Amino acid sequence: MNFEHTEDRRMLADSLNRFIAEQYAFDARDRIAKSTHGFSKEIFQQFAELGVIGALFTEGDGGFGGGGFDIAVVFEALGRGLVVEPLLGAVLVGEALCAAGSDAQKEKLADIIGGTVVAALAHDEADAFYGLAQVQTTAERKGDGWVLDGAKVAVVQGEQADLFLVSARTSGKIDDEAGISLFLLPANTPGLAVRGCPAIDGGRVAELTLDGIELGADALVGVEGEGYATLERAVGRGILALCAEALGAMEAAKDATLDYLRTRKQFGLPIGSFQALQHRMADLLLEIEQARSAVINAAAAIDADRTTRERALSAAKFSIGRIGALVAEETIQLHGGIGMTWELPLPHYAKRLVMIDHQLGDEDHHLQRYIALGKPAMA
Amino acid sequence: MELNFTTEEEAFRAEVRAFLADKLPERLSAKVRGGQILAKADVEEWHAILNQRGWLANHWPEQYGGPGWTAVEKFIFENECAMAFAPRALPFGLNMLGPVLIKYGNEAQKAHWLPRILNGADWWCQGYSEPGAGSDLAAVKTSAVRGVDAQGDHYIVNGQKTWTTLGQHANMIFCLVRTDREAKKQQGISFLLIDMTSPGVDVRPIITLDGEHEVNEVFFSDVRVPAENLVGEENKGWTCAKYLLTYERTNIAGVGFSVAALEQLKDIAATQKKHGKPLADDPSFAARLARVEIDLENMKTTNLRVIAAVAGGGVPGAESSMLKIRGTEIRQEISSLTRRAMGVHARPFVAEALQDGFEGRTFGPAFANAAAARYFNNRKLSIFGGSNEIQKNIISKMILGL
Repeated sequence: MNFEHTEDRRMLADSLNRFIAEQYAFDARDRIAKSTHGFSKEIFQQFAELGVIGALFTEGDGGFGGGGFDIAVVFEALGRGLVVEPLLGAVLVGEALCAAGSDAQKEKLADIIGGTVVAALAHDEADAFYGLAQVQTTAERKGDGWVLDGAKVAVVQGEQADLFLVSARTSGKIDDEAGISLFLLPANTPGLAVRGCPAIDGGRVAELTLDGIELGADALVGVEGEGYATLERAVGRGILALCAEALGAMEAAKDATLDYLRTRKQFGLPIGSFQALQHRMADLLLEIEQARSAVINAAAAIDADRTTRERALSAAKFSIGRIGALVAEETIQLHGGIGMTWELPLPHYAKRLVMIDHQLGDEDHHLQRYIALGKPAMA
Repeated sequence: MELNFTTEEEAFRAEVRAFLADKLPERLSAKVRGGQILAKADVEEWHAILNQRGWLANHWPEQYGGPGWTAVEKFIFENECAMAFAPRALPFGLNMLGPVLIKYGNEAQKAHWLPRILNGADWWCQGYSEPGAGSDLAAVKTSAVRGVDAQGDHYIVNGQKTWTTLGQHANMIFCLVRTDREAKKQQGISFLLIDMTSPGVDVRPIITLDGEHEVNEVFFSDVRVPAENLVGEENKGWTCAKYLLTYERTNIAGVGFSVAALEQLKDIAATQKKHGKPLADDPSFAARLARVEIDLENMKTTNLRVIAAVAGGGVPGAESSMLKIRGTEIRQEISSLTRRAMGVHARPFVAEALQDGFEGRTFGPAFANAAAARYFNNRKLSIFGGSNEIQKNIISKMILGL
């Protein structure tokens, strides 16, 4: 039993934290997060040069990490900095390519790790409500290739993505796990329309319309109709990344709130001397420690058998969803009026924490999934 | 980062399991499993079995008869015992007084009292709380006045202690007493060992809301205590008191109790029927069950993180307050769900069925009779050992620096 990170991971976290502190302080972040581009291409490139993306993949796949705790360490630091650059897309698309990509498709992985290609998962659909198997977008065979029709929503940094991994149904009913296929397509594919807008917590999101998009046979990732397992693995790594990101944001929100409780005076005393506020802060600390344990459990299970892995991931995403909202709401409340203002970093952490619950399945979704996975018949 | 136990620790766990399988009497584990009240003889029997193996005083150093375990080994042992539904080893002599004597007692005191804890000659209880000194423990008023007479150096003790757990079985009590009325609160307190068979000691039961006699009031009227029963220096008892309170809290979360109770609850939820289907399939109940299970999974790791920090040379300080709060909340939630799972069967209560020698019939499913009583009894968890609110004060002060 040992809860220390390896020397390599500590060094990576240190350099990433230092970089964020120097290059990504709140004013810079604010400017980037509300920019029309949605993120900074330069900063993204610099992350790649620091090895941040490479740390997310194994040596065999061209990286130098790829363990659950590599993802956890990187994303915790990103969460502390409220980083909007599209590293989640790298995890999601990269993992799918590692697991199921052809040799030609895997070549794209080097570009993703190098930071020259921005990748995005285009999976969520308007009526899916987090159901991973809910895919209405269709892919039909045409000659050797495929024709895709449908629409995707809430694609992270979709406007600037160079490469999309799109889920589409090649057979089965709308919520069948069987019959889902994955396709890799460049952003300039004819028939692909991208419409974006800002996200309330910074950065941008987009919806994709796929109108009779014609793709070659080489666009299919893995085996036709068997994309679900790949998708689940990739999304699992994404869930871990989001949970760790949330943990970093929670720690930052906690630190900011503690500072405020020590310095803000009312009735002639620091407000942190009032027991009503002390107990709420003690509760937050306790919950954040539980969140950290949840992330550790998920990271440790990332390469375990499916049931163990997915249960730990759902347990973590549930915990993070519940605790994230609590931390967001309580830290704003403990700040009082100033906690409502754009000029303070704290509420931006709160927004990110709440919005993480809207990505890759919320608290309720993952609690139900945890229950279902616990039933022997569902295994 | 490595969440698994080492090979040696796994071997130790196997050794503990084998011991429990071999030595834990079925009669005792059945009583614990069924929520029955253990008789004095039951506890003494289990203590003797543990002592035989050298595993009774597991927080003591080897030179005093402890097993010399690491923090991880203690954690494994305590959790395996809980999961096997072993009786709880009584903490008062073993985990409270023992460490205080080892740290602050003189050689004569150690030589006299420690072996008697191990061999069961003494049954200790704790004389801390008073009617006016609960969370504000330093407000103790029970007085001890020093004097010398023909029979020697002694104290005369007057006052009242309360919430004395299993004091009805005890022959000895360790007390915080006030030896200097003029000094500031914490500074006039001494730590005194009192023979409960002395003239002037009167133990009266407090019946708790579940009808159980577990705690007592202890009254002292001109009780003569030999001065040699003072532990540490006079008026420095608060040091002992604090040491006792902070000593070895790594198992304060009671993870093993929760794991065992959750397994029981899952069995119950699988057999109890609601609308013809197992209660476990009811979405509302399943969600409550899953929530507490996830919280417990997180808690296990939080607890191990604290232990790993101890094993790495750290001291379990205020972090144990976090373990206490969440650990007791989880235990309470599990007993709450167990009560809910009984439906209408939760109300009928045959108190005698929890005692030895009951041969009648209870009402409803097997665990129904004890479920509500257990739930009500477990409300104590967030109150004793420093209420959860006091724990939050400690966290605010010691960890958050507020």
